[in-house]
Amino acid sequence: MRLEPKPAPSLGVTLLFPIAAIVVTLLITSLLVLAAGASPFSVFYLVAKGAAGSQFALLETLTRATPLIFTGLAVAVAFRAKLWNIGAEAQLYIGGVVTVVLGTGALPLPSYLLIPIIMIASMAAGALLLLGPAVLKTRFGVDEVVTTLLLNFIVLLFVSMLLEGVLKDPMGLGWPQSSKVIAEAQLPRIIQGKRLHYGFVIAVVAAIIAWIIMKKTVLGYEMRAVGHNPEAASFAGIPVNRVLMKTALLSGGLAALAGFSEVSGLKGNLTLDLSPGYGYSGIVVAMLAMLNPLGVIASAIFVAGIFVGADAMSRTAGVPSYIAQVMVATALLTMVTAILLTRFRVRWR
Amino acid sequence: MEQAIEILFTASFWVAAIRIASPLIFATMGELICERAGVLNLGIEGIMTVGAFAGWFTVYSGGDLWTGVLIAALAGAMFGLLHATLTVPLGLSQHVVGIGITLLATSLTYFTYRLALPQVTTPPKIEPFQPLPIPGLSKIPILGEALFSQTPLTYLAFATVAIVAWVLYRTPIGLAVRAAGENPSAVEAQGISVTGIRMGAVMVGSALMAVGGAFLTMSAFNSFFFEMINGRGWICIALVVFGSWRPGKALLGAILFAAFDAYQVRLQQISGGVVPYQVFLMMPYALSILALILVARRATYPKALMIPYQKGER
Amino acid sequence: MAEKLDLHLNKSCKRGRRALPQQPHPAASPPPSPQGGGEAAAPVLRLSGITKRFGPLVANNGISFDLKRGEVIALLGENGAGKTTLMNILFGHYVADEGTVEVFGKQLPAGDPRAALDAGVGMVHQHFTLAENMTVLENIALGTQSAWKLRLDRAAARKRISKLAGDFGLAVNPDATVSTLSVGERQRVEILKALYRDARILILDEPTAVLTPAEADALFRTLKLLVAQGLSIIFISHKLHEVMAVSDRVLVLRSGKLAGEQVTAETSRAELASLMVGQEVASPKVAEPKIGAVALELKSVSAAGQGSSHRLDGLSLELRAGEITGLAGVSGNGQATLAALIAGVLKPASGEVVVQGASMRDWSPRAALGGGVARIPEDRHAVGTIGDMSVTENVIAERYATARFSRRGFLDWKAAKNFAEEIIRDYDVKCPSPDARIRLLSGGNMQKLILGRALDPDPAVILANQPTRGLDVGAVAFVHRRLLEARERGAAILLISEDLEEVLALSDRILVMSKGRLSSPSRRGERTIRELGELMAGHGEGMAA
Repeated sequence: MRLEPKPAPSLGVTLLFPIAAIVVTLLITSLLVLAAGASPFSVFYLVAKGAAGSQFALLETLTRATPLIFTGLAVAVAFRAKLWNIGAEAQLYIGGVVTVVLGTGALPLPSYLLIPIIMIASMAAGALLLLGPAVLKTRFGVDEVVTTLLLNFIVLLFVSMLLEGVLKDPMGLGWPQSSKVIAEAQLPRIIQGKRLHYGFVIAVVAAIIAWIIMKKTVLGYEMRAVGHNPEAASFAGIPVNRVLMKTALLSGGLAALAGFSEVSGLKGNLTLDLSPGYGYSGIVVAMLAMLNPLGVIASAIFVAGIFVGADAMSRTAGVPSYIAQVMVATALLTMVTAILLTRFRVRWR
Repeated sequence: MEQAIEILFTASFWVAAIRIASPLIFATMGELICERAGVLNLGIEGIMTVGAFAGWFTVYSGGDLWTGVLIAALAGAMFGLLHATLTVPLGLSQHVVGIGITLLATSLTYFTYRLALPQVTTPPKIEPFQPLPIPGLSKIPILGEALFSQTPLTYLAFATVAIVAWVLYRTPIGLAVRAAGENPSAVEAQGISVTGIRMGAVMVGSALMAVGGAFLTMSAFNSFFFEMINGRGWICIALVVFGSWRPGKALLGAILFAAFDAYQVRLQQISGGVVPYQVFLMMPYALSILALILVARRATYPKALMIPYQKGER
Repeated sequence: MAEKLDLHLNKSCKRGRRALPQQPHPAASPPPSPQGGGEAAAPVLRLSGITKRFGPLVANNGISFDLKRGEVIALLGENGAGKTTLMNILFGHYVADEGTVEVFGKQLPAGDPRAALDAGVGMVHQHFTLAENMTVLENIALGTQSAWKLRLDRAAARKRISKLAGDFGLAVNPDATVSTLSVGERQRVEILKALYRDARILILDEPTAVLTPAEADALFRTLKLLVAQGLSIIFISHKLHEVMAVSDRVLVLRSGKLAGEQVTAETSRAELASLMVGQEVASPKVAEPKIGAVALELKSVSAAGQGSSHRLDGLSLELRAGEITGLAGVSGNGQATLAALIAGVLKPASGEVVVQGASMRDWSPRAALGGGVARIPEDRHAVGTIGDMSVTENVIAERYATARFSRRGFLDWKAAKNFAEEIIRDYDVKCPSPDARIRLLSGGNMQKLILGRALDPDPAVILANQPTRGLDVGAVAFVHRRLLEARERGAAILLISEDLEEVLALSDRILVMSKGRLSSPSRRGERTIRELGELMAGHGEGMAA
């Protein structure tokens, strides 16, 4: 069996492959549904209905998509430069930490000052957190996959330490949680009385900015060049290490915004279950979007829909909601295979 | 302070260290085989989860302990097959596929667990492997007690290291595995299929990872709970680098690491809560990063690691 | 997939047992061949109508020939004529689209290197297929013993290797790790690998490309011994003098077709040369150089060796405007290190780089480009281009940060695309559009783009490292023409090439590199090929201290 490169397919075909990947994913997960003794059609229908069948469902999906857009963007920009940031989870939590440190009354400022300050500070913290592995990669040749993964555990323990120590809510009845952020540090809700908040708008704007960076700017060009062929990029005079540093800063900053937006827009305080693995799901979101920042918006909503829909479905159909994570992981693998098939032809002889 | 040093001279400390090392040894050997053949297997964390569940569930459903180990190994090999299919003939990114396998294996395990035990709040227990002191040897103070009063699965872990070392360096197939990770065209020029060798290595390696996971539910503890692998897979990847891809050195690394882990638990007890316990829990992860930094500069990676190979390519 | 894998392992198991050294290989005593008469000359190998296409490119087009016992066939052809592809089909790396391969009268299954090995075909690849982390013995024994044996029989292997090494003058320490061996020793290991498996047909792909003349002579002696034992040899080369020296028969390949077949004793170099290129090659007309000031100077620079290339120790070099300096030498003697240094990829450990009179403190690819140094890298796929990016994105890679292509951090894609279209037009590049991924272009077109990118700013210095390797005749002539034009415009050019004929044809001044040192220069026509050959081997007068 060999792979031969083939010319770039038309836009139509390019869009067909992700759809094919999703169909294959549904077929595979149908088997699990059958194993659970339910009918795949009704289960998928219930998932879809739970994700988008009502205004409530739709808003819930968008709410859940918000952190996924941020982490998806973080992964998308990093993977473009082949900086394997698997640490979005840790960067998210650091963003959350900064938000409660600054947002629980330490800075008595009006909203229009406080929120931008918190955002910038969160991004800076997340950026610095990823800068470490990036420096270890470029200076010492330490694989960043392992360091970012291990940092996820370290940071989570660090957060746990803070929540049982300096950041512990005195009113929290002993639970490891922080105090609530003050009203000035809260992102307003888009629709009164619903959970969807302005973090979603910020996420969409971030995606547009990331898209502009990747497509239109020198930095985006450098990132892609470094990602595709660092040796050739370096030969052509592209400062590979510096580009990787900038990529790390951008990626870490974007992931930290997920933590900011969850605390400031939704939860109000920091707990150890701020993220049910948004950092890892961000990898799937980015790959489903083929690392295109605008595509991240769509794929984040799709992945969020599966999670929200599966929660609703499992309450009625009795299929464990973990089916959502299986679907998402399967989609990742079918998607990378599909992308391969858009670029290469498989010849069996 | 004295107390902190005394720990090192207690048999119970070393018994614990060897116990903690055992799953790491299995999984590190598994990862080492994969990487020696040229494939980075980041599915390790998920495959260990699968192994932990499969072994435990087999016994919980009435199978005997060794059947559980076998089922765990088979389940691991199946995920290895999936990983290898995507990364070897298709040449997909080993980073992305590895993470994908971990996500898939973990979520499938949780799904299956919930499906099999829908209403359970406290995980059911099984009768795990019991310590099997080796007569005579286990009476040797400290060292003998630590090494020879363990469960059969720990003995198997040590045997695995010897077998892996023997196979890699002393058998024809080991030559092919090492060559596949160094210069796959050397393997193909001698008429051996690189794809076959690499896929086989990933499957065998994944089986060992799964047995490492099974050790946790069948020997170290006696039940399965979520998140129980807790980054051990990632630590094993660091241990492979630390051991410069050599079974003996990797074994030493795993024991050192486990000793440190056992030590921090005891330090935690005598520190009396002055230092937050999370600081101690962070140490293993921090230590892994530190170990990577120390050896990365002079590490000699298998040259074809992470580089997909196509037939006829040079 | 599991099934396939399983099948394969079974096969390897069976085969391994057959190939045990103790048991004679079936091919070792060729199938019933009555002694004497015309029968003895029955072909050991027969290729019939081999055709192989890569997309639109026809690499091999209906090629047929026979190889007899004890015969040396030279397969002669330009780079890109299809020699290597043909041998890869014979050895089972590739599957032919049409045609068959018969060895000792039996058809070989397609695409199965193991079957080729079993039938007695051995191949010494141009790029060695050795695992550097393993010993000589391990490399040779790899795949020769049953995969499921619990212990590699080292004693038997060692005995057999030392016997073969003694018989054929292939001395090498079986317990040495391959990474410590010289290029010549590695080639001996490759030949031993084939002999160990009782190869009756030995294919050598450009075996002398990496050898000094003396090592090449030793190789030829070994080949004579092998032929005396009844082995048949296919010798791939594009060097006429070698072909004349070693072969009985010459097959000439030209753009994938068999262009001629000659008995070596009855032909001449001139005849072969014209068969090879199809028409009389007019050497490019070279006007007298108009030599100007020193454009680039290395003042006793030292640098660590790059990869397998030799290190540089206090090397000095001057390149003058309007002059092509040719650098000849056997690969691995420091040319790659020198090229990396001039390209800015490598910083000198000591010494000074002076570009157009300015001493370059902070030497880097950007500094080189800024100083007017154009670079044509040796490896256009891995270093010269970014395969998955478009033609447009590739042509701006060296200058995207200049005002021409970007403003305030934003790229001017329109200007970039115009530039790409300009190069495509001026350099006659065949590509579907500037947006096409460059990976999809042929080697020649890729090289034209690299040339266009490098020459566009009218550079003062041009580093051309193996600029025509692997290109077809037309593309080679194109590259040569462009380099000569740049020389007319006053560029100082360093031409690094393993092709001595290319160096002789283009260079106004020739230097030879050996063990990281440069010979004294000679003007066009001053030294004979023989003299240059001696310098390449590291002796002869004229090695500068």
